[in-house]
Amino acid sequence: MPQELFNASVAELSRMMGAGEVSSVELMASVVARTKAVEGRVHAFNSFDEADALAQARASDQRRAQAKASGSPVPALEGIPVGIKDVISVAGQPLTASSRMLANFVSPYDATVTRKLKAAGAICWGRLNLDEFAMGSSTENSAFGVTSNPWDLERVPGGSSGGSAAAVAAGEAIASLGSDTGGSIRQPAALCSIVGLKPSYGRVSRYGLIAFASSLDQIGPFARSVEDAATLLGAISGHDPKDSTSLRMEVPDYNRGIAELARSGRKWKLGIPKEYFGEGLDPEVGAAVQAAIDEYRRQGCEIREVSLPHTRYAVGAYYIIATAECSSNLARFDGVRYGHRSKDATDALDLYFKSRAEGFGPEVKRRIILGTYVLSSGYYDAYYLRAQKVRTLIRRDFLEAYKQVDAILTPTSPTPAFKKGEKAANPLAMYLNDIYTIGVNLAGLPGISIPCGFTAGGLPIGLQVIGQPFKETELLAVARTYEERNGWRSRFPKL
Amino acid sequence: MPKPEDFNLDHVANLARINLTAEEKARFASQLGDVLTYIAQLNEVNVEGVEPTAHAFPVVNVWAADVAEPGLSVEDALRNAPQKRDNMFVVPKVVE
Repeated sequence: MPQELFNASVAELSRMMGAGEVSSVELMASVVARTKAVEGRVHAFNSFDEADALAQARASDQRRAQAKASGSPVPALEGIPVGIKDVISVAGQPLTASSRMLANFVSPYDATVTRKLKAAGAICWGRLNLDEFAMGSSTENSAFGVTSNPWDLERVPGGSSGGSAAAVAAGEAIASLGSDTGGSIRQPAALCSIVGLKPSYGRVSRYGLIAFASSLDQIGPFARSVEDAATLLGAISGHDPKDSTSLRMEVPDYNRGIAELARSGRKWKLGIPKEYFGEGLDPEVGAAVQAAIDEYRRQGCEIREVSLPHTRYAVGAYYIIATAECSSNLARFDGVRYGHRSKDATDALDLYFKSRAEGFGPEVKRRIILGTYVLSSGYYDAYYLRAQKVRTLIRRDFLEAYKQVDAILTPTSPTPAFKKGEKAANPLAMYLNDIYTIGVNLAGLPGISIPCGFTAGGLPIGLQVIGQPFKETELLAVARTYEERNGWRSRFPKL
Repeated sequence: MPKPEDFNLDHVANLARINLTAEEKARFASQLGDVLTYIAQLNEVNVEGVEPTAHAFPVVNVWAADVAEPGLSVEDALRNAPQKRDNMFVVPKVVE
């Protein structure tokens, strides 16, 4: 247990608050003080509302006292400050997507995940920075400044949910929510030495999430332990009539399931896809992931080589499908009903052209243009339809591998955190950074990144565990099997 | 698959309703050229007889009961409007 409240886990803090050792107001005050101390260097937040957070904490302490008096159960996240990526709606709070387009937007309603977090007792804390409209892998595409990696302030925290990862790593939030379209939760979690989980597509409602690529987007948690990630997942999962892609499936008690699997002594069959260990993988990252695989073997797991032969086409297929969907989703930003409106427009059409030119940053413009092109007359079959067929093959590769193994182990990111500016001028190099995470989104699978070591220079390395559709409990149990045997969790960045 | 040089940036930017500066045009043309060249490797894949995947877990015929539920109030719906008047969005003149 770390000495500072702001570095403790959800499980530890819940126990302490339950025992009356600390109040939610004290915890929130600790997180606010920490945030004020380090935020000038980290810049994880676009904004935060201290008075609102402390008011939520006071209300939580009152609810806890009432529950205690009446003997009723206390919900899983009672009094825990959870940071929210600034692309998920919280009623009455700003919602910018780190874009000038939405610089002054205030959410008129709660996202379903926000409503569920509140129902679970959580304090919705701050608006966390991201790559504009979640498009990027470094948080450098934010219109409101770059987030720093808490482990090395000269480097990026990853992205697009870089603020969500950096805040948890730096003690500015106990846990957080992000969104993952091609790796935007798992890659920053790896680069910041925390746990990041992308649930199966359809597990969590996307209502109130600003849409980027609707067939790929999924909301998920960042946390300091697999157990905490499971607690958050339990709080936000479930069918939602307001998201027709959310599935009617029972939400299990994930932590109970993990404990039962641990008691059963089940020995996992784990697949190592050879395509994820080739050219482009940093040797230190490769060695750390290999050491993690060896640890699984020592614990009696069966390690098998598997093949995902279409891996090399995943990035290409992704940048057709994701940009096509984004060009359609972002057509709504036209300067008419909300968002930036150009002051120089001469007529309605000119209003669209100028408002979008002024409101969107360069990466968003590039992706809208690419997506418009691949959907345009004469090119649809050659690009979009072909990419959708390749998507089928990528998905089939995974399902074929799962006939042999329970889960798949890979590096999360081919390299540790890179320096700010290093890839900013080269979009293709930035896209290739997502090579190990993108296939999971195309196939709709759950995936998690957990800390698995550091480079000699002190940069975090992440292990990705990829699970079978809707088997998050098994996925989390596999992750937990490794986590409990190492001490990466007890390391914190010096800030 | 079309060739990367088929890409006409002016035409596509017009379809996307985005004005680009000369500097943006030069930069995007080169950057998107690289991306399109990379994407062209999808041509190597044999996709004959393969069904396209639009969604990993397609759900069809999601029905809801035809019952009115409370939605956003007019005030909330107009809260973020760039310009409004008399419970309406104000836009530039569309029809002469």
